[in-house]
Parts: sequence; structure tokens; C-alpha cells
Amino acid sequence: MATETQRTPAAVKTVSGYSIPGEGSSVLISVVTVVALLLLWWVATHFGWIKDLFLPTPERIAGAFVSAMKGDIQGGKALPEHFMWSMIRVFSAFLLAVATAVPIGVAMGVSRAMRGVFDPPIEFYRPLPPLAYLPLIVIWFGIDETAKIILIYLACFAPLAMAARAGVKSVTIEQINAAYSMGASKWQVIWHVIVPAALPEILTGMRIAIGFGWTTLVAAEMVAATEGLGQMVLNASNFLRTDIVIMGIIVIGVVAYLFDLLMRRIEQWLVPWKGRV
Amino acid sequence: MSTLDIRNLSVNYAGNNGQNTLALSNVNLSMAPGDFVVALGASGCGKTTLLSCIAGFMQPSEGEILLDGHAVHGPGAERGVVFQKHALMPWLNVVENVEFGLRMRGVGKAERHAIAMEKLRLVQLEKYARYPIYQISGGMQQRAGVARALASDPAVMLMDEPLGALDALTRAHIQDLIVNLWWQTKKMFFFITHSVEEALFLATDLIVMTPSPGRIAHRFKLEFSRQFIDCQDSRAVKSSPAFIEMRERVLALIHDAPGDDDGH
Repeated sequence: MATETQRTPAAVKTVSGYSIPGEGSSVLISVVTVVALLLLWWVATHFGWIKDLFLPTPERIAGAFVSAMKGDIQGGKALPEHFMWSMIRVFSAFLLAVATAVPIGVAMGVSRAMRGVFDPPIEFYRPLPPLAYLPLIVIWFGIDETAKIILIYLACFAPLAMAARAGVKSVTIEQINAAYSMGASKWQVIWHVIVPAALPEILTGMRIAIGFGWTTLVAAEMVAATEGLGQMVLNASNFLRTDIVIMGIIVIGVVAYLFDLLMRRIEQWLVPWKGRV
Repeated sequence: MSTLDIRNLSVNYAGNNGQNTLALSNVNLSMAPGDFVVALGASGCGKTTLLSCIAGFMQPSEGEILLDGHAVHGPGAERGVVFQKHALMPWLNVVENVEFGLRMRGVGKAERHAIAMEKLRLVQLEKYARYPIYQISGGMQQRAGVARALASDPAVMLMDEPLGALDALTRAHIQDLIVNLWWQTKKMFFFITHSVEEALFLATDLIVMTPSPGRIAHRFKLEFSRQFIDCQDSRAVKSSPAFIEMRERVLALIHDAPGDDDGH
């Protein structure tokens, strides 16, 4: 018979347990990819593989950023001013959409009548590109801030309403029945059971909606704007200032990414149970 | 003291192919405080339908349910329900879940917290009061569910296979706990299971149900839970000759009943 000697953990080689395909951190790989892309960009521009008009060097982009900060670009307005106006437009439209689309989406989820009323208009306009109805918005609301905010608002509204409506389905019939059998009223069930249960999907909807907001920003700023990141990019493209165009794109992309990171943090804080029950 | 009377209860489900299902046919049942009724039967025998009617989640086609002589319409806090799973609210921690019903009914913060902590002590969960739901085990979640149902001080506890998803050891432990709770609170208990052993161990009144149509086929008066109260040794109770003999008898009844294996 074999003798069973006890081994210490340090003496035995470790193996990993079962895992789902694709598990594990990908941060290092992403960092390497970004660095490689930047390097490729630097090499391609410095060795003349691509004309400066199509893709300026990274240093030129940095230079464009510095001069834009000082307002040393077409239009004469500094980057912070463009930035501020775009933020005001995107976030006021986004917050307005959250305040209206979430209640309407939840109402669509819990009420047959509300679903019947709101489903056709939302499903009709949702797949339309904002550029298609932009002229109509301008005819109706003019060319000032209202039209811009309404265009971004509409882009944010549909995904948010859809997410809230779908989120209502996350509640279990047991949770609802349990609340009723503890004496809760119908409104209490909606507010204290259905809305919290829908919150993970609502937050995902908010992330998707703000993404639509950023994509619609340039379209909104195409009409009669003198400031805004989208306007700055469009104006620069008229003067073939590719460096400013790329710098503007990078600024929008970085802000959008930072906001998404913030939203993920808020998700972890507000709905830590997501995916764990 | 409260009583529960179920009179001539029938439930006919409308099928979508025009064929109706008689889930319950003329069920009669009376409960008094201290009665622990266990409904035992295979899938489709109507035991969950019966519980849903008592809880008020559904209206019967015929018959009535009287709690202290008053007909039951819709769910209410005097009938506490413990579900098999997915019934706790993960956005609340353990004690907040137990407080939920009291909060909905406007009980003050300090008072409802005191009541909730008292119920958590009954299910030996007071140390986990501040834990999130998703960080406690399945057995603890079910105990939290029991505490939550007790918090409203209901006349009757309705338990829909609360231990069905647990492992055997946890299950046995919570069975002991439920018998002791029943003895301490003297409430009416209505408990659904398809485990014969669990049914025999818990019940003072065992009803064996059979499907198509769902009805009570057999009734037994049992003493095993009282034996456990005296000796606090569930293994001794469950391995006694009387228990084993009863288990074989009930198993034979269930196996001889007209089958309904396809679950309709």
C-alpha cells in the first residue's frame, strides 16, 4: 500500500480552475495595442508613407491642441469654450432624456395601455438616422439651442426608454408576490420592487444613450453653431486642417470614454448585485 | 386564535388549445393554530395552485377560502409566503429585506428594525443582518425568507417548496429550525414539498395530493414533529421504525396513483 505523506501548498505546483473562454484581464494587451498603434502612426507619418494632409504627425496633433487651447484656430474661440458648449448640449439633452424616458419606459413595462400608446411612435422614429429628421427639427424649432438639444434628446430617448421597459422584465414574479403578501400596494410594488429590479438595465441603457448623444453631437452642431466640438471639427475640415479635425475627434472620444468609465463605477456602486443573483 | 377554512375549492385553468385543466377539484381543508399541514404530491397535483389561492395570488373558479371567517381576496400581510427562490430583493441587505413589509406599512424605523432583528435571531441569522443577499448561501437566503415572512406576524405561514433547491445537509438543518419555529410561534403552517421524508418529519396533518384533476387523495395525522420537539434529534426520529413504515406506506400511495409524468 502506498503511504500518504501530506504535502504543503508551497511544494505543489498550482493549476488554474475551470474558466469560461476569454476570462481574465485584457488590460495589458490593450495597452500594448494602443502603444503599437501610436508607434505605427508615428512611423507612418515620419517616413512619409501617408501624406500630411490625410494624417498629420502626432506632434502636429499635440501642437493643434495647444493652439486650440489658446484660441489660435479658425473662429477664434478657445477649445475650453467649444468643449463647454458641447458638454452643456449633450448633458442637458441626456439628463432630460433620463428624466422622461425612464418613467415612460417603466410605465410601458407595467401598463398595457402605456405600451400600446408609446410603442408605435418610439419604434417608428428609433431606427431613423438623426440627420434624416434634423431638417424637420430645424423647421419646427428654429436654429438656436432648442433644436440642437432636441435632436440629441431624441437620440438618447429611444434607447433609454427601451432599456427601462426591458428592465421591468428583470423583476421576478416571486419578488412581486412577496411584496404583495407583505402588504405592499401596487404603487409601492412599482416603486420599491420593479424600479430597483430594472435599475441595472436602466444604467446600461444610460451608457448606450450617452453614446448616441455623442454620435449625434456633430450633426446637431452642423446647423448655425459658432461653438462646440462638432462645429470646431466641421469648420476645421472646411480649411483642410486635418490636425484640428483629428484633435477634435480625439477629445470627443476621450471624454466619451472617461464618462463611460464613470458610469461603470456608478454601476458598481448602485447595482453591485448585477449578474450575481 | 385564527382559523383557515378552505371550502369546495376548484380551479380550472383555461388552456390555449380550448382544453381546460382542472388543477384543483373540490378541495376542502380546515386549519387551526398549531396545525402544520404539508401538501405532498408529484408535479401537476395542484399543490402550488392551492397555495397560490390561499396566498391570494389567484382567484379560484369555485369555492372560498375563509381566514377567521372572512373570505380571502388578494394577497395580504396576515398570510406570509416563503418561496422556493428568487424572492429576496438583492438591492436590500438581509435585515432590510426582513423590514420590507413593515416599511411598506409605515412602521417606524427603530420599531421595524427591532422586529426584524428579533425574527433574524429566530432563524439564527442575526450575525448576517448587514450582509448583501448575494453574499450569503442558499440556505441563509431561505432562512432570511422565513424571517421576512414572520416579520408581518402572519396568522398562517405559506411555504412553497422552500427547501427544494438546497443540499441535503442544509435542508435537514432548516427542517429542524422550521419545526422549532412552528412550535414556538404556534402559527398555522402550510408547506409544500415533494420529498416524502420532509413531509412526514414536518407535518401534523399530511395531505397527499394526486393530479388530473388535482385533489386531496389521502390525509394522515402525524406525530413525528412533536417527537422532534421533545428529543431535538431529527436523525433518531427519521430512523425510527414507525417513521420508516409510514414512509414506505406513503411512497406506495404515490407510486400507485395514476401517473402524470409529462407534467400536464
